[in-house]
Amino acid sequence: MIALLAVPAAAAAGSLWLPPRAAALASAASGISCLALAAGLVPAAVRGGLAGPGPLRLDALSVIFLLATAFGYACAAAYSVGYLSTAGGHGLARPGRQHWYWAGLNLFACSMLAAPLMGNLALMWVAVEVTTIVSALLVALEGTAAAAEAAWKYVLLASSGLAIALLGTMFAYYAGARALGPGYDLAFAPLLHASAHLPATAARLAFVLAVLGYGTKVGLVPVHTWLPDAHSEAPSPVSALLSGSLLAVSFYAILRFFQIAQGALGPRFPRDVLLAFGVASLLLAALYLLDQRDVKRMLAYSSVEHMGILAVGTGFGAPVALAGVLLHVLAHAAAKGNAFLGAGVLARAFGTKRIPSLRGALDALPWSGPMFLLALGALGALPPFGMFRSEFEIVAGGFESGATAAAALLVVLLTLAFLGLSAAGTALLPPGTSGAARGAPDRAAPGRPGAARARMANGAAGASAGPEPALSRGEPSAWMVVPVLAGLVVLLVLGVHPPAELQGLLSRAVDLLRGAA
Amino acid sequence: MSAGHAPGVYAGGADVIAVLILLAEFGMLRQALARDQVRLYAAQSGLISALAVIVGAVRGLPELYLLAGLSAALKIMVIPLVLRRLLRAGRVGADLAGPDGDIARSGGMSLASTVLVATAVAAAGFFAASHFTVGGAAAPPAALSLSVSVVLVAFILMIHRRDVLSQAIGLFSLENAISLAALVIAASLPLVLEAALLFDLLVAVIVFGLLIRIHHGRAESLSTTDLTSLRG
Repeated sequence: MIALLAVPAAAAAGSLWLPPRAAALASAASGISCLALAAGLVPAAVRGGLAGPGPLRLDALSVIFLLATAFGYACAAAYSVGYLSTAGGHGLARPGRQHWYWAGLNLFACSMLAAPLMGNLALMWVAVEVTTIVSALLVALEGTAAAAEAAWKYVLLASSGLAIALLGTMFAYYAGARALGPGYDLAFAPLLHASAHLPATAARLAFVLAVLGYGTKVGLVPVHTWLPDAHSEAPSPVSALLSGSLLAVSFYAILRFFQIAQGALGPRFPRDVLLAFGVASLLLAALYLLDQRDVKRMLAYSSVEHMGILAVGTGFGAPVALAGVLLHVLAHAAAKGNAFLGAGVLARAFGTKRIPSLRGALDALPWSGPMFLLALGALGALPPFGMFRSEFEIVAGGFESGATAAAALLVVLLTLAFLGLSAAGTALLPPGTSGAARGAPDRAAPGRPGAARARMANGAAGASAGPEPALSRGEPSAWMVVPVLAGLVVLLVLGVHPPAELQGLLSRAVDLLRGAA
Repeated sequence: MSAGHAPGVYAGGADVIAVLILLAEFGMLRQALARDQVRLYAAQSGLISALAVIVGAVRGLPELYLLAGLSAALKIMVIPLVLRRLLRAGRVGADLAGPDGDIARSGGMSLASTVLVATAVAAAGFFAASHFTVGGAAAPPAALSLSVSVVLVAFILMIHRRDVLSQAIGLFSLENAISLAALVIAASLPLVLEAALLFDLLVAVIVFGLLIRIHHGRAESLSTTDLTSLRG
């Protein structure tokens, strides 16, 4: 458990001194070993949790979020090796910046891994606040005017939100001190244990303030406004981490308060609050998805949508829905991380994030193009992937718990969001055979399908003789392909046949969430 | 707030300090010079530290003295220092006339209407919060409601002002408001946690400073009116 925090911290410190290349490899190694460490914690969590030294605690719920974070970290770190080495002459390519990038990335991962490990509400808040600060710097690192704007909005809005969450934490402390005596230190386990005896008003205030505060970081509507900006302007691996892991970690914080509120107030009130926020998020995100021109903004709104699904699923409260929610956290980490990484390759290759200009990506990028399309399909919950399973479970849970209207609305909005994603997906397809044969009229995109296809026919993936040096190599870097492929494999496994250990972990965590453990 | 009897010296003193904190927040809201805004922030932080000392003395929590010292060092010395240095660096901006940083025109609405809105919001927050029976026997009756008012006015400050410095000060004073609430309802929170929260604030200040510098270097101004390219 300590190693899980020490490894990325060491990598962060090392990144400041090592030459960029070594820092890159150290970070990738750190990411992968963190994933292995997190996976190694699964059996202990299924057996009932673990108490580490100091405030570190671990149960099935936190391990699920650890897995999601560590997986995103491993992918993003490995991908960054390729992303930085192909950065060309702008922004991140400067050596001084690379030091900060690697140090920031590792520190960001470290703080995100720390949050689920903290068995103390105040320290969890500190960890989440550190994630905000570090990631805001990472967003600004790209060095463009838009990145500076996004970073400022992000840090201001998220910090204000977290200030509200801190107020919620203080109310939780007040409630806990009332029930447990003055020596109380905001540790989570005793608070949950005594939750039936907490004063109702304070518990209610704590929960609502926590949902609003941490909800700012989760991206729940109406406090989501920083999210599309930061996600679209950050370097792509950072976007992947922001979306796949950071949102999940913030949702974890909400789930902890949910557990307490459920114990103190009964299930009705906390579920209704989450249901309201979730439906609002889904509705707004689905509408924005329908007409989105920027590929990374589109993915960002898809994140808002999926966080809405998580909130709605938790609001349903049926065991099936909760299992779906937790599976959805894992699937979303893999799928959204994937999609952002794939979008990064596309944006790098085409030099733009505008969807209409990406036409022909499927041909120009023999691996990343199709994989990005698959990731979009996965995000739209197409059947073989993990999100189909999780969303199916959530909807089934909604009908089971009697929230028929909400579940039906969920299905409608999911379809709407899928429509938006698939519209973007079709824009990536080649413009028909005749169009591809002509190729030349499609001047907007530097990667003309015709030219790309001709190159592929020659089988000259490495030879660059064409007039378009930017695209002539096919894939920019193998480092940018393998993580995405790994994500797709994970999604497939989650969708087709989740391993037995994972099932055990999920059902254990559902018991915790229902207060039955 | 069902005080059938007069509040004691401690409760009365705490409430007075809370009112002063709210007034300082209003002062920041209407202040025309960034330098004075920073000064008001330092004064507000001083009031928080004073309240921490009082609460520590009355409730017998000696660690609050240490906390008051730490918080005073950070919020009265370090943060205003950082902000003033930024202000000096930002003086070249065309929208910051004069050496003190004239930010009177950075407001989104006219000053009078802003103050009116803030008054209404603060009153609403005060009365809404006083319906919650959270205070407890030991707590001063009005301070918690007042802290909710300060939170809301801080939000108005951040919404109203269109320059990065005021927005940052708004956020820091929001943190002050939460310190006020924490002193009322969570005074006995262990020192380690309080110190962690303060350290976190310190890091946040450094990052805010960095980002303000980046913004200034890029836009040649401290105004946020040109931060409008990301929409939809």
